[in-house]
Amino acid sequence: MTAGSAMIMSNWLASLPEIVCLAGGLILLMGGVFAPERGVLLLKGIDLGAIGVLLLAGVLLLGLDGGLAYGGQFIADPMAAYAKLFVIVSAILALTLAMDYETDVEKKRFEYPIVVIFSVIGMMVMVSAANLLMLYLGLELQSLALYVLTAFRRDDRRASEAAVKFFVLGSLASGLFLYGASLIYGFTGTITFTDLVRFLAASRALDLGLVVGLVFVIAGLGFKVAAVPFHMWTPDVYEGAPSPTTAFVGTAPKVATMFLLVRLLGGTFGGLLGHWQIIVEVISIASMIWGALAAIAQNNLKRMMAYSSIGHMGYALIGLACGNQAGLEAVLIYLAIYVFSFAGTLGVIIAARRGGIDCERIADFAGLGREHPGLALAMAVFMFSLAGIPPLSGFFAKLYVFKAAMQTGLVTLAVIGVLTSVIGAFYYLRVIKVMYFDAAPQGVAPRDALPGSLGFAISLSALVTALLFLFPAPLFDLAHEAARHLLG
Amino acid sequence: MNQVGFPLLSLITWLPLVGGLFILFMRGEPEVVARNARWGALWTSLLVFALSLLLLVRFDFSTSRFQFVEDVHWLSAFGVDYRMGVDGISVLFVLLSTFLTPICVLSSWEAVKENVREYMLAFLILETMMVGAFSALDFVVFYVFFEGVLIPMFLIIGVWGGPRRIYSAFKFFLYTLAGSVLMLLALVALWYYAGTTDLTKLIGMPIPTRLQYWLFLAFLASFAVKVPMWPVHTWLPDAHVEAPTAGSVILAGVLLKMGGYGFLRFSLPMLPQASLYFAPLMFALSVVAIVYTSLVALAQTDMKKLIAYSSVAHMGVVTIGIFVANANGINGALYQMLSHGIVSAALFLCVGVVYDRLHTREIARYGGLAARMPIYAVVFMVFSLASVGLPGTSGFIGELLVIIGALRINFWLALFGATGMILGAAYMLYLYRRVIFGPLTRAELRAMLDLSPREIAVFAPLVALTLWMGVYPATFTHYFQSSVDGLLRQREAALAPASHLAAAHLTATDPATPASVIEASFVGSEGGRQ
Repeated sequence: MTAGSAMIMSNWLASLPEIVCLAGGLILLMGGVFAPERGVLLLKGIDLGAIGVLLLAGVLLLGLDGGLAYGGQFIADPMAAYAKLFVIVSAILALTLAMDYETDVEKKRFEYPIVVIFSVIGMMVMVSAANLLMLYLGLELQSLALYVLTAFRRDDRRASEAAVKFFVLGSLASGLFLYGASLIYGFTGTITFTDLVRFLAASRALDLGLVVGLVFVIAGLGFKVAAVPFHMWTPDVYEGAPSPTTAFVGTAPKVATMFLLVRLLGGTFGGLLGHWQIIVEVISIASMIWGALAAIAQNNLKRMMAYSSIGHMGYALIGLACGNQAGLEAVLIYLAIYVFSFAGTLGVIIAARRGGIDCERIADFAGLGREHPGLALAMAVFMFSLAGIPPLSGFFAKLYVFKAAMQTGLVTLAVIGVLTSVIGAFYYLRVIKVMYFDAAPQGVAPRDALPGSLGFAISLSALVTALLFLFPAPLFDLAHEAARHLLG
Repeated sequence: MNQVGFPLLSLITWLPLVGGLFILFMRGEPEVVARNARWGALWTSLLVFALSLLLLVRFDFSTSRFQFVEDVHWLSAFGVDYRMGVDGISVLFVLLSTFLTPICVLSSWEAVKENVREYMLAFLILETMMVGAFSALDFVVFYVFFEGVLIPMFLIIGVWGGPRRIYSAFKFFLYTLAGSVLMLLALVALWYYAGTTDLTKLIGMPIPTRLQYWLFLAFLASFAVKVPMWPVHTWLPDAHVEAPTAGSVILAGVLLKMGGYGFLRFSLPMLPQASLYFAPLMFALSVVAIVYTSLVALAQTDMKKLIAYSSVAHMGVVTIGIFVANANGINGALYQMLSHGIVSAALFLCVGVVYDRLHTREIARYGGLAARMPIYAVVFMVFSLASVGLPGTSGFIGELLVIIGALRINFWLALFGATGMILGAAYMLYLYRRVIFGPLTRAELRAMLDLSPREIAVFAPLVALTLWMGVYPATFTHYFQSSVDGLLRQREAALAPASHLAAAHLTATDPATPASVIEASFVGSEGGRQ
């Protein structure tokens, strides 16, 4: 074997999960396009095939050896593996929710799972990017796929409106990011992360232009994680998009972008902590407060979850603001736990539907405790977890974030964090109140039967959320390892 | 370390949950499920109670160390392990929890007709959380149990409560949560400062005085809401009035004790300087609670509300006893908590008895019950007098000890603390007169039946215990004697000037100083387990 082919092999090995996803996605696409008849069987097959491809990619991740690949453009370290793992988990959950989402087979389209896979590839490239250009490519690939997923119900006015808003604001964010990246390139002469680290270490005086560029990058990525003040698109998109898409948009891109922020700010620009820390702190505080207050006024559960996710990104950003091992570790743990609670909640919204229409209004949950005790129990688990009540997983997420903040001396953030989580508890409790304390309305259609796929996704999420406290060590060890690698 | 040879405390803690899962997966006709759920919960809780009696039998009175200790790896990367153990201070609270749960199950046998399975499940989960909170030896584990109580209690009040149950459930939850999250911050700060959450190591660890002040205030926010102390007591009357009878029993009987236990387990031993510094504040709040809520109790027209306010007053006596920080005071506070746990629980059950028959708690709707319900009248009298603190009942011993303890600190403190007994006599006897004596005028009251055999079975152990505690307190004080002595010794050592120096230099712990010798003897066997 020549040196060249060995290098190609190692490149391929490092990006094996991405290659599997890409090949799998293309094969499924061909299958769908050239199938003589697009019946139920084919649709089911593509759904399951997509989940299979993602599962395979996930399994390959576990055995992946780290290192730089493609001439230093691609990193496959434990940090990237951790991020990809949870991107894949949330994609699988979203696909499971989508499987039986369209009750009308005529409207069901085979492209949905394939677009999800392409979006996942974008996110995987994003978290593995070793320079700003790769990063941008990944970011755009996942964003474009997400716009399509949002507008997937073409005849739904709300979905189209949401997609347009998402697209316009998302493009703006990409533009901001690109502008920031170009400034960074202009003032440092490099776009590679390792060179940037070297440049920062070598340079005495700091160019203001570089900081301005960094601010633009943070703003652009802030859009993608929907942190205040870059959150405006979130409630509309979450509400308008089909619920499985909401489950996906609310989890996977957040995980990927947050990890990107961790890599970029915590890792590459770690030396500039003094410059970006205050920005992240302000964004974090604003997100926590606005997420808690604005959610109180919502009557639509999907909108409420949008504000809730804004608040939760605020908590995760506390960890980022710490800028040290403990803080970054807390971010990783926080997002992993958040994926299950959020996707599970969306699952319940779909499962509690009546006559094929999602149970979106909070008032529609009245009487769920009687009609469907298991579903209500799962929902209660998610709500208490999001509120951060022990022994559910959400508590541990918050605990580590607050611990990191206290350790780093960011006491203000921790105090605001606990106080907003008390305010937040109010609206999560409201959902539980409606489910258990309010009587079911008279004369409405009964709730639809629960498809097995939904039942599986919801019970999986609920079990992880409720029982994580029994076996917390594997997740925490994984996060510990990932954060340690990033900081060297 | 473990004197039984198997993880007894964990068994007592988790067995209710196992029973609960069993109930959860019952299938069949609603009536059959309800019946099985009742019996399942009763047998589970009785079995747990029987197991917890083993704790009493095997308890070693001679030591102030933690006993029945368990230590299992849990979050080892963060230095948090699943540690369980009891000492004299906590063991009787574990017993109180396991004792009251079967009584709660039995008392709701007929009162609860809807969602019986879920109701019983909630109580079993509650039992797990309560026992866990009292036997946790790790701060994080403690917090998990302490907060976990909120979930079942919120549902019990909200689902099976009275007309204003939603308001009350939210108020209960948010008040308690707001207090607890501040404690969480203190926990995290302590964790960072000490590098461990092991209570056996944290107790007696010197902490800088300034940090102690902040930690004390954060603990206060949590425990004061739980106790509850004036002025954060307002959730209690609401929660009590709206909760179903058994919910009130647990609330008054056990949950309030978690606050007092928290002061004794955390504030006093870990923050000696701060608890000395803030003692006047605690006394002031307690005295206001005693006098003010007693007067408020006098004006109540709702039976449950009256007893709820009386609870605030009685717990005021407890907080005085804790913060006078001498042997009499702390022994008295512990005794008063146990006594109040039984007596107030029983009083709520007494209200439940008539509520089940007439579906009102308005005092004015009753009167002359003695004629038709003689057994009930006797039972109610025993508990009313115990609540007043009549000699020969459990209430007397605790209040007396606390007042003696207070007298050593300040005459006026003792005097104001004692007004609680006088005002208590006023509102309890006034309540008793209005409900039990007087002419039997209303037709609906004539039809009321006396206690059923099931209700007698509920009350008999409570009456027996109340009198036993009143006549022969040594049975119970025996358990916490050495632990209270150990606590005081350790506190004295920490407050002595020598340890002030040690507090200034955390690392300077010379094994020869008397303070660290005592500290080591109190902290106990940590060396052996490492």
